[in-house]
Amino acid sequence: MTFVDHLPILPIAIPALAAPFALLMMRRRRRLGITISLVSCLAMLGAALALLAQASVGTITAYELGDWPAPFGIVLVADRLAAMMLVLAATLALIALLHAVVTRADRKGWHFHPLFQFQMMGLNGAFLTGDLFNLFVFFEVLLIASYGLMLHGQGPARLKAGVQYVVVNLVGSSLFLIALGLLYALTGTLNMADMGLRVARLAPEDQGLLRIAALLLVSVFALKAAVAPLHLWLVRTYAVSTPAVAALFAIMTKVGVYSLIRVVPQVFGDGAGAAAWVPAPYLLPAAMVSAGIGFAGVFVARSLSEQAAYLVIGSTGTVLIAVAGWQTATLGAALYYLVHSTIAAAALFLVADVVARRRGGFADNASPGPDFADRSAVGLLFMLAAIAATGLPPLSGFIGKLMILKSVTALPDWGWAWGVILTTTLIGMIGFARVGSTLFWKQAQSGEAPAPAPAATRTDLVAPAIALALLAALSVGAGWASAYANAAAAQVLDPALSAHAVLGEVVQ
Amino acid sequence: MTYEFLMASGIGVLVAGGIFLALRARTFQVVLGLTLFSYAVNLFLFASGRLKLNRPPIWSETITDYTDPLPQALVLTAIVITFGMTAFVVILALRNFLESGSDHVDGDTVTGDAQDGLIDDGAQGQRP
Repeated sequence: MTFVDHLPILPIAIPALAAPFALLMMRRRRRLGITISLVSCLAMLGAALALLAQASVGTITAYELGDWPAPFGIVLVADRLAAMMLVLAATLALIALLHAVVTRADRKGWHFHPLFQFQMMGLNGAFLTGDLFNLFVFFEVLLIASYGLMLHGQGPARLKAGVQYVVVNLVGSSLFLIALGLLYALTGTLNMADMGLRVARLAPEDQGLLRIAALLLVSVFALKAAVAPLHLWLVRTYAVSTPAVAALFAIMTKVGVYSLIRVVPQVFGDGAGAAAWVPAPYLLPAAMVSAGIGFAGVFVARSLSEQAAYLVIGSTGTVLIAVAGWQTATLGAALYYLVHSTIAAAALFLVADVVARRRGGFADNASPGPDFADRSAVGLLFMLAAIAATGLPPLSGFIGKLMILKSVTALPDWGWAWGVILTTTLIGMIGFARVGSTLFWKQAQSGEAPAPAPAATRTDLVAPAIALALLAALSVGAGWASAYANAAAAQVLDPALSAHAVLGEVVQ
Repeated sequence: MTYEFLMASGIGVLVAGGIFLALRARTFQVVLGLTLFSYAVNLFLFASGRLKLNRPPIWSETITDYTDPLPQALVLTAIVITFGMTAFVVILALRNFLESGSDHVDGDTVTGDAQDGLIDDGAQGQRP
């Protein structure tokens, strides 16, 4: 085996190794610890790009851990979708880490960098694994790390939100385990590709149990994706988190969406009997409701970070409206918009932080305050982030929404989807315009002197600017990106491809 | 048959108690509820390999009837994870109580003593 053969394990191994080293170094030599963390993120991005290059020609790489043959051992599967999500996660991690280092948010508590690396390990593992129980394990890894990151910096507000976040996710994990137990009892396997084949051969008397297991599993993914009515945990959690952490958390709901896209066609596809396309009747209404709630929240939010948190719900809803079609064109559009909306939400969280740092006691509340440093530059960043978030031209959100609108016309209920997407866009736009004009155009009349803002350096504008530049790049390279997304969607919707790659000659 | 009945009803009772406690307002009961619920889940996972008595958990050419070893490995993983999580949530709830003076999950600011009826919290929601 050459080095290239081991490529799929790298995105998991790099952060797993970097975390303990960063932990050791942070005690005495802070700079070295930060360097380890940054280098690890760069290496992850490199590995993810290499996997993307490998997957972009259509090969599905199955990596058998310990060389145990596929249905018995654990496999990692790197296909187009997984590689795309890995690149997105690594890019987002670099931006968030850069912002944390530049704004010194990583110094507000212990162990920021090791937790950050473990978070990346969980994310990358969840994207790569081809085994349902391993998906649970990586979910737990990323959740445990996220508990620590969310509480980073402490304070009563974070602790209060933290208790709710942890309790909700513990219940979610328990339900995940029940679903796994049922599926294992029915099929005798945990390998997703193998399970997809065995589900088709289930006896008629087991169909009811299969349907229950499938619905439980889908509900857990919906909880992670914060789909209405399971979205209530998200806003408070994200709005009180350290902004750099919240920017990274923008991809956490997308892990739920990813799992849905990965598991449903593979395991509960056409051949699954009573569980075939099991979330289909519920997904579209739930997605439309969460898009509505999300953008209504953007409209009424009292602060920028709350607005960004609601945007996460709204954009996940928009993505799922397209996912609910389960066709190549709709899924491709959803994947393109998923990449865009993740980076856009992260950019908005970072802009909220930039604003809060400059306004002292007024923080990022949507109320007029005194003049602050770099007002026009920050205002420009906010405007661009708002344009990206609502999906106006010229940034990639416009192209993404256009693709979604165009692709859903092939579905029977497309009128509803159009209505919801266009209305939420308008509501979101008004909400951002309202907050933006309050923050950047109005001045407080009161003579109350603002708390002295920390020595204003403009370096904290860099990370959000990079995020927005990436969105511009996604817009310029939309032809290639959407072609890739469509190819990834086609690959995901053909479970036989990955079954062949994972199980090899076992399937004939 | 009785063994299956015992197992199933045990899981059912644990789940019922767990859900009831998890829906209570204060963190200690919620933590207890989650613990009960996770016990039920562990038993359920264990049972997913079918209930068999006095059979070896290994497969070999000479053995025709064996218990499925995989659910036991899964249960072990699940126990370790839920144990760590429970420890974490206990510490978190404790920190939250010490910092905010309230152990209500929903962000209620009534102090712990007032909830217990030890003091009359006339100033509803005013924290010490």
